[in-house]
Amino acid sequence: MIQKEGKVKNQSKNLMVHLSLLVFVLLAIGPILVIVINSFKTTEGIFSGPLKLPDSKTFSLEGFKRAVENGNFIKNYFNSTVITLGSTFLTVVCSCLAAYGITEYTTKLSSMIAGLFTVGIMLPVTLGTVVILKMMVRFHLLNTHLSLILVYVGICVPLGVILMVTNFRTVSNDLKEAARIDGANEFKTFLIVLPLVMPGVAAVAAITMLPIWNDLWFPLILTTGPQTQTLTLGIQQFVGVHTNDWEALIASLVLGAIPLILLFTLFSKQFIKGLSDGYSK
Amino acid sequence: MRSKASTRKRHRQLVLFTAPALAFFLIFAVFPLLGTIYISFFQETVFVGLKNFKFLFTDENASTRLLYAFLHNCEFFLIAASVQLPLALCMAALLTSGRVRRMTGFYRTLLFIPSTLSVVIVGFIWRLIISPLWGIVDYPLLGEKATALPTITLMSVWQYLGIPLVFLYSALLSIPSNIIEAARVDGASDMRILFRIKIPLIAPQIGIITILTFIWTFNGFDIIYALNGGMPGPDYSTDVLGTLFYRTFFGWGADQGNQNLGAATATIIFFIILIGTAVYFATVQRRLKVSQL
Repeated sequence: MIQKEGKVKNQSKNLMVHLSLLVFVLLAIGPILVIVINSFKTTEGIFSGPLKLPDSKTFSLEGFKRAVENGNFIKNYFNSTVITLGSTFLTVVCSCLAAYGITEYTTKLSSMIAGLFTVGIMLPVTLGTVVILKMMVRFHLLNTHLSLILVYVGICVPLGVILMVTNFRTVSNDLKEAARIDGANEFKTFLIVLPLVMPGVAAVAAITMLPIWNDLWFPLILTTGPQTQTLTLGIQQFVGVHTNDWEALIASLVLGAIPLILLFTLFSKQFIKGLSDGYSK
Repeated sequence: MRSKASTRKRHRQLVLFTAPALAFFLIFAVFPLLGTIYISFFQETVFVGLKNFKFLFTDENASTRLLYAFLHNCEFFLIAASVQLPLALCMAALLTSGRVRRMTGFYRTLLFIPSTLSVVIVGFIWRLIISPLWGIVDYPLLGEKATALPTITLMSVWQYLGIPLVFLYSALLSIPSNIIEAARVDGASDMRILFRIKIPLIAPQIGIITILTFIWTFNGFDIIYALNGGMPGPDYSTDVLGTLFYRTFFGWGADQGNQNLGAATATIIFFIILIGTAVYFATVQRRLKVSQL
């Protein structure tokens, strides 16, 4: 009898926890859903009842059509993809190499390098923008994808290295020694152990992509030209200029958010691992 | 069986493997920061000593802007930290309470989604929702000096709440379960376990979150610029150090930009962050680690 009462009490406690979490989820997702709902409506529908679902009268896909046709949208999408994937790839490659070096050839120097990268995680690199701009002007890299990629790799590599160091530390020496006995050189040995740290690679990739795709500051300074503009900057300018085409505006916001929401939902485990491992050390 | 004698060879391998990462980091992160400090002592190509700083601190207009931007940053940080931390802690505690089970991943993923959006989208969504056009909120929150900055801060908190949540969530998960079990056997309630055992154990992580929030807010620019542009109104009431830096460097409207003054502004911000971080690590974080023992 007492046990049964305890069970009921326990279940009601569980229910309370679920309810509170659902309230938080609603607060987090609600505003996004409002925008998604309105992206399927006519301008009239957007303003007559912003919280209503689209009905036969207010339903419209015109916004998406116009957003995609409008100006540079597709090009911006392409630019953001190239810049994000390029920076992520380079960050992952550099981080893996460096982390292997740091864990494999432990000397005083290696711990100094590791310390340098640890401090680097917290470095507010945007404050160096004046010089970054001067450098890019000097090397004729203004308005190129490369300018952003170079800066982003510089910013992201410290966290990548530190994350990969924690991953490479878990690799046992047996495999490496076996590879060396088989005559593999150091680089080959690195390639042989690389598959073992793939979870780390995924974490680094996930945590690198997010801020790059969403960055506003460096695109605003380095790639303002219409040919190399990123999606985030393009949308920012769209918000500033065409405030009367609400359908297209809301639709382009939704289209701009989809890739990362999708990516994050698929890789949320890796992402969370990257975030918590990287900063808490 | 590697020979210990070949320290030189090991150094060479180390340098080879770390060279690409070091090159990117030193050229595109460290050098620009040091270079910025260096050119803040110049005007065009002429060495002017501390003149740029003297101007920023004593010119009536410039020093007012700097002071207010700094105060607005403090406000931004204090509101963000004091709202974010309790909320994130509450959510993380709920997620790790052992009462959610299979739904944990579902909640965690959904709660994090706002952090995957760009500030442009976040700014737009919230501006639309609270705009008098839609009539959900009657008061022009962004249009009044008193409410503009707190409103923007809360938008930012809404967006980035997922990040402290994830930190605290993993920190709470890493507490050995036998400690919790022992307390439970002793008859401690959920609340008591949370406040007396779990929270003290994750104090270092709470500290890390606070200092990261400090660095991010004092280095922040995006959300203000996305909502209010480079001269953030009403009447500069949402101007922060980041937008001040942008305006000093690039100019805005009738204001002409000047890269050396911009560099000097960046240097001031850098030292504010540096001093804040150093003070924090020297005092608070050390104590947190000690109390953990």
